[in-house]
Amino acid sequence: MSELDFRNVTVRFGHHTAVDDVSLTVPAGQVVGLVGESGSGKSTLAATAVGLVKPTEGEVRADGKVQMVFQDPYSSLDPRMSIGNSIAEAMPRGTNKKAEVARLLELVNLDPGRASSLPARLSGGQRQRVALARALAGDPRVVIADEITSALDVSVQGAVLNLVRDLQRQLGLSMLFISHNLAVVRYVSDRVAVMKTGRIVEEGPAAQVLADPRHEYTRELLAAAPRRHTRLEVS
Amino acid sequence: MRPTTGRLAVLRSPVGASSAVLLVVLVALAVFAPILWGDRAAAIDTDSLQQGPSADHLLGTDQLGRDIFYRVLVATRLTIGLALLATVIGVVTGLVLGSIPSVLPRWAARIVTSAVNIAVAFPGLLLALFFAVIFGTGTIGAVLAIAFAITPSFARLTQTLTASVSGRDFIAAARVCGVGRFRLLTRHVLPNIAEPLVINATLAAGSALTAFAGLSFLGIGVQAPSYDWGRLLGEGLNRIYITPAPALGPAVAVVLAGLAFNLFGEAAASVHRNQQRGKATAPHEPVEDRSEGGLLTVRNLHVTFPGGIRPVRGVSFTVHNGEMIGVVGESGSGKSLTALAVSRLIEHPGRVTADRLEFNGKPVQKTQDRELGTQLAMVFQDPTTSFNPTRRIGGQLAEVSEVHQGLRRRAALGKAVDRLEAVRIPEPERRAKQYPHEFSGGMRQRAMIAMGLMGEPQLVIADEPTTALDVTVQREVLKLLARIRKDRDAAVLLISHDITVVAQTCDRVLVMYAGRIVEELPTDELFTAARHPYTTALLKAVPDLDTDRDAPLAVIPGRPPEPGEIRQGCPFAPRCPLADDQCRTQEPELETFGENHRVACWKSESELAGVR
Ligand SMILES: Nc1ncnc2c1ncn2[C@@H]1O[C@H](COP(=O)(O)OP(=O)(O)O)[C@@H](O)[C@H]1O
Ligand code: SF4
Ligand SMILES: [Mg+2]
Repeated sequence: MSELDFRNVTVRFGHHTAVDDVSLTVPAGQVVGLVGESGSGKSTLAATAVGLVKPTEGEVRADGKVQMVFQDPYSSLDPRMSIGNSIAEAMPRGTNKKAEVARLLELVNLDPGRASSLPARLSGGQRQRVALARALAGDPRVVIADEITSALDVSVQGAVLNLVRDLQRQLGLSMLFISHNLAVVRYVSDRVAVMKTGRIVEEGPAAQVLADPRHEYTRELLAAAPRRHTRLEVS
Repeated sequence: MRPTTGRLAVLRSPVGASSAVLLVVLVALAVFAPILWGDRAAAIDTDSLQQGPSADHLLGTDQLGRDIFYRVLVATRLTIGLALLATVIGVVTGLVLGSIPSVLPRWAARIVTSAVNIAVAFPGLLLALFFAVIFGTGTIGAVLAIAFAITPSFARLTQTLTASVSGRDFIAAARVCGVGRFRLLTRHVLPNIAEPLVINATLAAGSALTAFAGLSFLGIGVQAPSYDWGRLLGEGLNRIYITPAPALGPAVAVVLAGLAFNLFGEAAASVHRNQQRGKATAPHEPVEDRSEGGLLTVRNLHVTFPGGIRPVRGVSFTVHNGEMIGVVGESGSGKSLTALAVSRLIEHPGRVTADRLEFNGKPVQKTQDRELGTQLAMVFQDPTTSFNPTRRIGGQLAEVSEVHQGLRRRAALGKAVDRLEAVRIPEPERRAKQYPHEFSGGMRQRAMIAMGLMGEPQLVIADEPTTALDVTVQREVLKLLARIRKDRDAAVLLISHDITVVAQTCDRVLVMYAGRIVEELPTDELFTAARHPYTTALLKAVPDLDTDRDAPLAVIPGRPPEPGEIRQGCPFAPRCPLADDQCRTQEPELETFGENHRVACWKSESELAGVR
C-alpha cells in the first residue's frame, strides 16, 4: 500500500509549466529522495501534496495526513509566537497540548523547558527541530521535507539528518525528502527520484540509481557531486 | 543579531525623551485641567471684556470676559480627546479594510483593494473637507471626516505590511497545519506588523490634531458652547491686529501638541529601524610588522561594529601570485567580512584596522579606486543583486573599462564580448545585448566573473560563488575560476562553507572559526594531516557519496558563538572533545607547525592524532 501518490500531476503558472505530468509514489514507511536542480519543480510538486498549490491536471492521493517541513528555519517559525504555541497550533482539538508539546520537544532532542522561548533564542538547527516537532504534532502519516538542511551549517546538518532518520524509522513515517545535495539524499533515502525541468527522468531504489544511473542527467549529477579525494581537472 | 535595546529605547534619544515628556504633560492637562480650572475658564466677567494680556489674564480675555489662558488649558481635553477618537476610528477602519481582503473571497477582496487604492490617491485634508460636508458641521461630523481621511493610507499600509508577512514560510507552515484564515490573521499576521502600525498611528494622531484644529477654525468642527484649540484660535484671530496673544496661545498649543506626537512617532520609527545599533568601541593599536608579504598581505586584521561587536579578530594570511586559496568556516565565522575588508567594502558603522593590509605592496587604504577596481575582482554569492536589472549585460561590463581604463565605448563593448566568451558564455555577441533577467543563475555568475576580468585582475576574491547554484553549474564555475588562475596567473581567494568544494580546487586552505583563522594547511594534507579539532570535526560531519549509510553521521555538538558571545579561552572549547582548563581560560595563538602548516590549538600533535 502507498501513502502518497502523485498521479499525472501537472502544474502550470501562466504559460510556464513547473511540473509536467509527474507520477510518483511514496511507499508506506519508506523515504523517497527527490533530487534535481533549483527551479526543476521539486518544491512545486511538494506544495501540491499539502494543498498550497492546486494541480492544473492530475491528482494527489494521500492516506492520512501530510505535513511539511520548510527549507528556511529562520522564516518558517512565527517570530512573535513561542515555539510551544507554534507546535500546539498544529495539534487536533482536544489534545492535552501542554503534555504533547513536551513529548514532541523531547522527541526532537530539545529541552521541554524551552517551550515558552521565542524562535529568536534558538539556533538554526534548533529551529529546524522545532519545525520537525510541529510537523509531527499533526500526527501525519507522510512528511515532506523540502531542502530542510540547505540553510543549515554543515556542523548542524549532520545532527538534523540523524534525527530525521531516527524519527522516520521510529514512527514508521513515509517521507518525501527533497534536496539538491545528492550526498544528503543518498544518506537518508530508500528510493531516489531525479527531476529535471518539471519531469521525473529517473526513479528507483537508491543503491541502483546511484550505482548504475540510466539517465544522462543523473550521470551528470553524480559526476558533478563533490567527492573528497578527486580534484577538479581544468581542461 | 540580537536587539541591543528594549521597547523603551525610544526614551533614550533626546528627541524621543523630550517629546515623551511633552506627551505626558498633555495627557496630564487633558485629565486634570478641566477639574482644576474648569470654573475659571467658564467664569464670565463683564467688567473685563476683550482685554489684552495682563497679570490677571495671561493671554487676555474673550468677548464675554473669560480668561483665555485657562480656556486654552481646559480645551486640551476636548482637543486631544477628539483627535485620538478620530485616530482610533480611522486606524481601526483602515486595519479592517487593509486586512479583510485576506479572509474574503477573491472577487470581494479585489473590490476592497481597488477602493482603497482609489481613496489613497486623494489628499487627506480634501477627503476630510469632503466628509465634513457629507456628515454636516459639528463635532461628530468632524471626527468622522478626519477618521475617514486617515483610513485609506492605513488600509494601504496594512495591506503592504500584510503582504510582506504573508510571503514568509511561517504563514505557509501554519496553513499546512490547518490554521484557519481568521486565526492566521489575528495570531500570525497582525502581531508581526503591530510595531510599524502603532508608530504610524502616533504620527497620524499628530496630523489628526492639526487637521481637527483646522476644521474647528473654519467653523465646521467643534461648535459653541464647546471649544477646542481650533475654535479658540479662530476667535483670537479676529482681533489679531489689536492684540495677538489670544490667537498665539492656542496656536502654540496646537503646534506643540502636533510636534509632540510627530516627533515621538519619528523617534520610535528610527529606533525600530536601527534596533541593532549600539555604541562604538576603541580599535586596537597597530603594531609594526616586518614579516615577508605577498600579493595580498593581511596582518592582524580586525573588523568591529558598534556595541563592541568584533566579528573578525586578528586575521593574518598571505596570498602569493597565482595561488588559489580556500577559506572555509561556518556562517558567521567572519569569512565575508574579511573579504570585504580586503576590498575596502566595509561600510559605516563598521571599522577596519590592521597592522598591515597591503595589495601589491601598497596599503589598501591608500590604493586608488581605479587601481583596485582593475586589479582586484570581487565575485559575490548572489549575482542577481550585483547587476542593474534595467541595463544590458554588455553595457554594464563595458562601463568598467570605460571608467577605469578610459576605453572608448566601442572598444569597451568589444572587450566585454571577448570576456563573455572567455567565461564560456555561448553566443557572446547576442548575449551581451541581453538584460540580466534573460540570463540563468549560472550564466549570471559567469558574467559577474567576466566583469571582474574586464580589468587585468591579479586577485579574484569569490565569496560563496557557487552556493546559490546547482551542482552541475557549480562545477562549471569552479572550473572557470581554476582556469583564470592558470591562464592569467591570477591569484584566487575562494570562500566557501563547503569544505569539499575547497578541497577540490585550492592549493591551501584557511579554516576560520569565531573571527580567527584556526588552521592553515596545504589542501593535499587536509584529509591526512589536519590537526585542529574543528577542522577534523568538519571533515567528518560532511556526508559525501562514500559515507557509510548505516552509521549515524558525525556531529559537532552545540553551535559557534556569535561575535558578541566570545569570552576568554579558546572559542571552540565548548564544543571540543579535548578541551581542558587551559583551553577554557586562554585563547591559543595561530602557530607554525612544520612547513606551510599553522594551527591555533593548545594540544600537541599526539593528543590531536587520537581524535582524527
Ligand atoms: N553590519 C554588521 N553589524 C554587526 N554585525 C555584523 C555586521 N555584518 C556582519 N556582522 C556579524 O559578523 C559576523 C561575521 O559575518 P560574516 O563575515 O558575514 O561571516 P561569514 O561570511 O563567515 O558567514 C556575523 O556574526 C555577523 O552577524
Ligand atoms: S585549544 Fe583546546 S578547546 Fe581549543 S581546539 Fe584545541 S583542544 Fe580544543
Ligand atoms: Mg558569507
